[in-house]
Amino acid sequence: MITIKNLSKIYRTKKQNITAVDELNLTIESGEIFGVIGYSGAGKSTFVRLLNRLEEPTAGEIIINGKDIVKQRKNELRLARQEIGMIFQHFNLLWSRTVHQNIAFPLEIAGVPKKERKAKVDRLIELVGLQGRENAYPSQLSGGQKQRVGIARALANDPKVLLCDEATSALDPETTDSILDLLVDINKRLGLTIVLITHEMNVIRKICHRVAVMDTGKVVEQGNATHVFQNPQQDITKRFVRQLDGSEQYASLSATVVKEGTGTIVKLSFSGENVNQTIVSQTAKQFDVDINILQGNVLQTQTGAVGNLFLQLVGSESEVEKALDFIRGANVKAEVQELV
Amino acid sequence: MFEKWFPNVDIADLNTAIYETFYMTILSLIGTFIIGIILGLLLYLTSRGKLWENKFVYGIVAAVVNIFRAIPFIILILLLFPFTDFIVGTIRGPEAALPALIIGSAPFYARLVEIALKEVDNGVVEAAKAMGAKNSTIMFKVLLKESMPALVSGLTVTAIALIGSTAVAGVIGAGGLGDFAYFYGFQRRQFDVVFICTLLIVIVVFVFQFIGDLISNKLDKR
Repeated sequence: MITIKNLSKIYRTKKQNITAVDELNLTIESGEIFGVIGYSGAGKSTFVRLLNRLEEPTAGEIIINGKDIVKQRKNELRLARQEIGMIFQHFNLLWSRTVHQNIAFPLEIAGVPKKERKAKVDRLIELVGLQGRENAYPSQLSGGQKQRVGIARALANDPKVLLCDEATSALDPETTDSILDLLVDINKRLGLTIVLITHEMNVIRKICHRVAVMDTGKVVEQGNATHVFQNPQQDITKRFVRQLDGSEQYASLSATVVKEGTGTIVKLSFSGENVNQTIVSQTAKQFDVDINILQGNVLQTQTGAVGNLFLQLVGSESEVEKALDFIRGANVKAEVQELV
Repeated sequence: MFEKWFPNVDIADLNTAIYETFYMTILSLIGTFIIGIILGLLLYLTSRGKLWENKFVYGIVAAVVNIFRAIPFIILILLLFPFTDFIVGTIRGPEAALPALIIGSAPFYARLVEIALKEVDNGVVEAAKAMGAKNSTIMFKVLLKESMPALVSGLTVTAIALIGSTAVAGVIGAGGLGDFAYFYGFQRRQFDVVFICTLLIVIVVFVFQFIGDLISNKLDKR
C-alpha cells in the first residue's frame, strides 16, 4: 500500500543542516493501522507531512497505491492529495464555515456537484456521530467534536489512506478514547489504511496493528504491536513500554515495600493465550516458595493482550530457581529484577 | 429653528456638499478596496514561507507601499495633478480627487490586509493544501474568507481616514463638506457653516463606524 524507500528530509539553514528524517525505509500494508511513536524532535511529525508532501522530501521515494508521490508534478500531486485524508492535532477547521460547510469543503475542491455534496456530507455527519450539529460553527464545538468534523472532512473524498498528525494530543483522555474508537470503527468499516503518529504509547496500544519507533529521524524498531510491547529491544522502546506495563509503579513500590534480602523480585510477561494460565498458584503449590504479588496489569492491544506481573518469591535459592524454570517452561517470560 | 442657529447655511449648497463627500468617499473606498486587496495579497503571498514566496516581488511591492504611505496627502494631491489631469481631464471637482484619494489610501489598506491575512492560522492553509486545493481556492475560500472580519474592520478604519482626506482635498477645490467649510465658512467668516460641516462629518464618521462594526461582528464566527 505505502512503500517508503530511503526517505530523507534535511533542513538547510545558513549555520547548519538539520536531518529531520534520515534514510527511512518502511512498508505499510493495506487496511492496517500503523503507528509511529517517538519523542518530540524524533522527526515523526516531519515524516507524516512528507507522505502528502506538505514538506518536500530531500531524497527518497514514497509509493502510495503504486504511484511515486515524490515524482509527481503539481497538478498530479493535487489530485493524489484528494485521495489522502489528513487530520491534525489542532483540527484546522475553517471557523467561518459551519460543520456542514467544513465537511463539504474538500468536495468543493474536488468539484463534486452541489446535490451530491449534500447527500455525502449528511452520510459523513452520521458516520462520525455529529447529527444535530450540522449548522454549528467550530467555535461552538468541544475539542472532541471538532476532531470528529476533522475526520469527516478527511474522509469526504473516499481516501484510501488517512494520515493522523498527533490527532489526539490536544484532547483529554476520555475524548481521546472516543476518537480512537471512531478511528478503529472507520478502519474496519471502510478498510481504510491509517498512519498515525503520536507520543503516547497508550494510543499505540489501543488501536495500532503495527508500530514503528522513531528516534533522531530513523526507525529504530518496528513490528506487530503486541510483539513490540512484549519484547522491546531498544532502550527508547523500553522507555515507552515502561509507561504502560507497570514498571514505573514497580520502581516506586520496590524502594519502600521490598527490603533487601527478602527474596527475589521477578517480572513475568504474558501474551496471548497464556494470560489465562493459573501459573502463580501452581508455582506456589509445587515448590517451597512463598509468593507475594507486588504489581500487575494486562494491556489490551489491537492484536492481542500483554500481561505483566511483578512477584516477590521468598524461599531457598534452589527452590526459587526451580520455580523460575517451571514458569519459563510454561512459555512465560520471567526476568529477575534488580532492586532499585 | 434651523435658520436661527445657522443663518448663513444654504440648504441646497449643503446638500450638494454632503452628496460630494459621500461620492468621493464611497468611490475611492471601492477603488481602495480593490487595489488594497490586490497589494495586500501580493505582500502576504510573496513573503517568506507563503504560496508565492518571492523576495524580489515582495521588496518592490513593499517599497511602493511604503513610499506612497510616506507622502503627506496634501502633497500627494499636488504631485498627482498631471496624472489626474491626464486620467480625469480636469483637476477640479470630486472626480478629480479620486486618483489621489485612492493612491493615498490603498497602500494603507494594503498593510491592513497583509496583517489580516497573517492572522489566518497557517494550519488551515495547510489543511486546504492537504485536501488538494488549488492556490486560487486557498486565496479566495480560505485566506480572504477567513480574514473577512479583519478585512472589514480595516476597511472601516480606512473609510474614516478617507473622509478626513476628502475634506483636505476639498480645500484645494474638490468639493464636499471640506470645501464648503473652507470657502463658505472660513473665508467668509461664517462660522456657523464651519460648525454644521464639522457636525455632519462627525455624523458621517459615526455612521461608517457603526455599519463597519455591524458587518464585522456579523461575519465573525470565532
